[in-house]
Amino acid sequence: MKRARTAAAKPAPSHAVPAAKPAPRHHNRAVLPPASAYFIEDRHDRTERHVLSVIVDNEPGVLARVIGLFSGRGYNIDSLTVSETEHAKHLSRITVVTTGTPMVLSQIRNQLDRMVPVHAVIDLTAEGNPLERELALVKVTGEGNDRVEALRIADAFRAEVVGASTEHFIFQLTGRTDKIEQFISIMAPLGLTEVCRTGIAALGRGPEGLDG
Amino acid sequence: MKNGRKAARKDAPNGNNQSPKHGSEMTGAEMVVQALADQGVEHVFGYPGGAVLPIYDEIIQQDRVEHILVRHEQGAGHAAEGYARSTGKVGVALVTSGPGATNMVTPLTDALMDSIPIVCITGQVPTHLIGNDAFQECDTVGITRPATKHNWLVRDVNDLSRILHEAFYVARHGRPGPVLVDIPKDIQFARGIYTGPNHVEHKTYRPRTKGDPQAIRAAIDLIAKAKRPVFYTGGGVINSGPRAAALLRELVRLTGYPITSTLMGLGAYPAADRQWLGMLGMHGTWEANHVMHDCDLMVAIGARFDDRITGRVNAFSPGSKKIHIDIDPSSINKNVRVDLPIIGDVAEVLEDMLLVWKAEKPKIDQAALKAWWKQIDHWRARNCLAYRQNRDVIMPQYAIERLYAATRDKDVYITTEVGQHQMWAAQFYQFQEPNRWMTSGGLGTMGYGLPAAVGVQVAHPGSLVIDIAGDASVLMTMQEMSTAVQHNLPIKIFILNNQYMGMVRQWQQLLHGNRLSHSYMDSLPDFVKLAEAYGCVGIRAERPGELDDAIAEMIEVNKPVLFDCRVAALANCFPMIPSGKAHNEMLLPEEADDEAVANAIDARGKVLV
Repeated sequence: MKRARTAAAKPAPSHAVPAAKPAPRHHNRAVLPPASAYFIEDRHDRTERHVLSVIVDNEPGVLARVIGLFSGRGYNIDSLTVSETEHAKHLSRITVVTTGTPMVLSQIRNQLDRMVPVHAVIDLTAEGNPLERELALVKVTGEGNDRVEALRIADAFRAEVVGASTEHFIFQLTGRTDKIEQFISIMAPLGLTEVCRTGIAALGRGPEGLDG
Repeated sequence: MKNGRKAARKDAPNGNNQSPKHGSEMTGAEMVVQALADQGVEHVFGYPGGAVLPIYDEIIQQDRVEHILVRHEQGAGHAAEGYARSTGKVGVALVTSGPGATNMVTPLTDALMDSIPIVCITGQVPTHLIGNDAFQECDTVGITRPATKHNWLVRDVNDLSRILHEAFYVARHGRPGPVLVDIPKDIQFARGIYTGPNHVEHKTYRPRTKGDPQAIRAAIDLIAKAKRPVFYTGGGVINSGPRAAALLRELVRLTGYPITSTLMGLGAYPAADRQWLGMLGMHGTWEANHVMHDCDLMVAIGARFDDRITGRVNAFSPGSKKIHIDIDPSSINKNVRVDLPIIGDVAEVLEDMLLVWKAEKPKIDQAALKAWWKQIDHWRARNCLAYRQNRDVIMPQYAIERLYAATRDKDVYITTEVGQHQMWAAQFYQFQEPNRWMTSGGLGTMGYGLPAAVGVQVAHPGSLVIDIAGDASVLMTMQEMSTAVQHNLPIKIFILNNQYMGMVRQWQQLLHGNRLSHSYMDSLPDFVKLAEAYGCVGIRAERPGELDDAIAEMIEVNKPVLFDCRVAALANCFPMIPSGKAHNEMLLPEEADDEAVANAIDARGKVLV
């Protein structure tokens, strides 16, 4: 098809390339908007932290499905706790703490809810102030005054000593996330060595349960 | 599902399976074939390999389920999609482990994006080898998890029939979509008890199909009071079935309101009707996009406010109340905030809406409607699809117009690849009925149309099936011509050959300083000779004068045809909403010859064009 070749648009000379510009503030922003097939824009919507309870069939791959949804669609996971909670029905309960705009949060609920093995999704934060607890194991290594101070703080936080030697303590602490954060930051200068946290377990207040 | 049992009884005497009934013992491979037959499956698209040999050994020993051998697993997936889209039934694909499964990822994702019900059965290495990096092993359920609506790895032969029936249930219920069942080879050999489809119901998956009556009343109220209304419909209407399209037509005609549709929804409302505005969106019509922008009520039905539809979201139909009918709650408020969501199946919701409408007989503001139509007629008068005819070169738009003229009275199904030709097909081919238009909308899969045409032709052996193709796309799955020849499927591949990846080039012209980076299709094959090599018929048209005769010949031939339609190389697809623009800032073809063209491209745009 010869006419195609002769009629072909000539590539623009190289000097037509826009001169280099100072690096844009947001590296995702196009240099010359809208130089994209997509609409690239910065969004600054208000975000909220929500605790969701997800009741799922405890079948192989179900956790991968839930996590894959979050990573695939770019949602945040601040904390994730999973365990089978009803053995007879093979139901697991996933408690996930996430942060997003109200629109994203409703997307997360709906996207979770339409997954085949998901029985129910409950936004505990939207239903009211849920009961949230987390368990942390905190290893503090030290001697002398630091060691005494660590023990004293632990007592004030009602942390339990679950392991110890002459050089270290392992404290077990339960409570809300902010309490655990606070405990850890206080322990930091006192020889904080290692922390393990379970992530949040949460229930709605009041007498009713979730019907999975 | 409901006719499964009947099918089992009917097929039992002539099948070769000894025990086709519920409760019988059989091998896993027998169960697969039995379950397919019980689900009413007549055709399976597939490609054999080591990990599915036991199933293939069963397939050849029976005649209830016909197997169509493709040339690449991707072809099996798209063929199943075309089959499903044109019949409303579930499409079935059967492939082996490893590369067979990974080659299915594209069609599965395509079906997920466009909500097409597909059941894909993959073979897997024996259970004891899973995780050992065995030959042709891959983590199929892991890889296809985000590409399917749901998937299963079968670990016990006694779960197999239940899982297969569940798979069909999940694929077709709620928002349809692709599912995958991964069956290790030892499970295919193992013996177990078969469960019939009537005994299987998914534990929890019960999508809501009935709309909330209060919301439906509120919707009727909004619709009745609207002064500048529009119906915006999508693929969900097609997926809901022919009854949904019939109900949609009834409601739209009762109201007298204008209607537009997404790419996926074409055919739900007849293009010949006066109330039809044409397709909307990035390459939609001037009138459809202006109506969307200026309306005061938008009734979205089975459409998902995709970014190719909305343009700039914060400038999308700023002054309208929006009703959104969709079976998938996650489609609500995903891209655009709506005022009145109705969760349910399109047909069921429309049926209830019509009942309310007929009972209440609301009074429409006829004066406002008349003024609205006057405005619409003004937009229509822009004749936005106009193009400059050429006496020597076939314009691609003209090619589609002539194709439509030659096939409009026939029993015809159209598939497409992806690119400029796809948009021209959507603009210039007039669809009057649902399920006649098969295209890759969401994923935009080049290479979809040829295998999809194979699937459509299998489902409709006596019909005319045409793939409106581009020269670049069609080469991606060209090998399926061999499938068409083997199975006597007289598909017509109508290639708008401009020797470019036209849509890529169009974007490079608009946005990348006309630097045509690797979008020129050099060294194309001679499509006529290629057709002959495949044992089908090649036809070439180079001038407008020879087009009609060539198309007539293509229709006449009862063999697969590769039609090399040489079109103007540099034609571009208009109208177009440039990226980041609103619906009322469309770019019209230069032929529109109006000051609006100049105004549509702002200073920034001019730098780019």
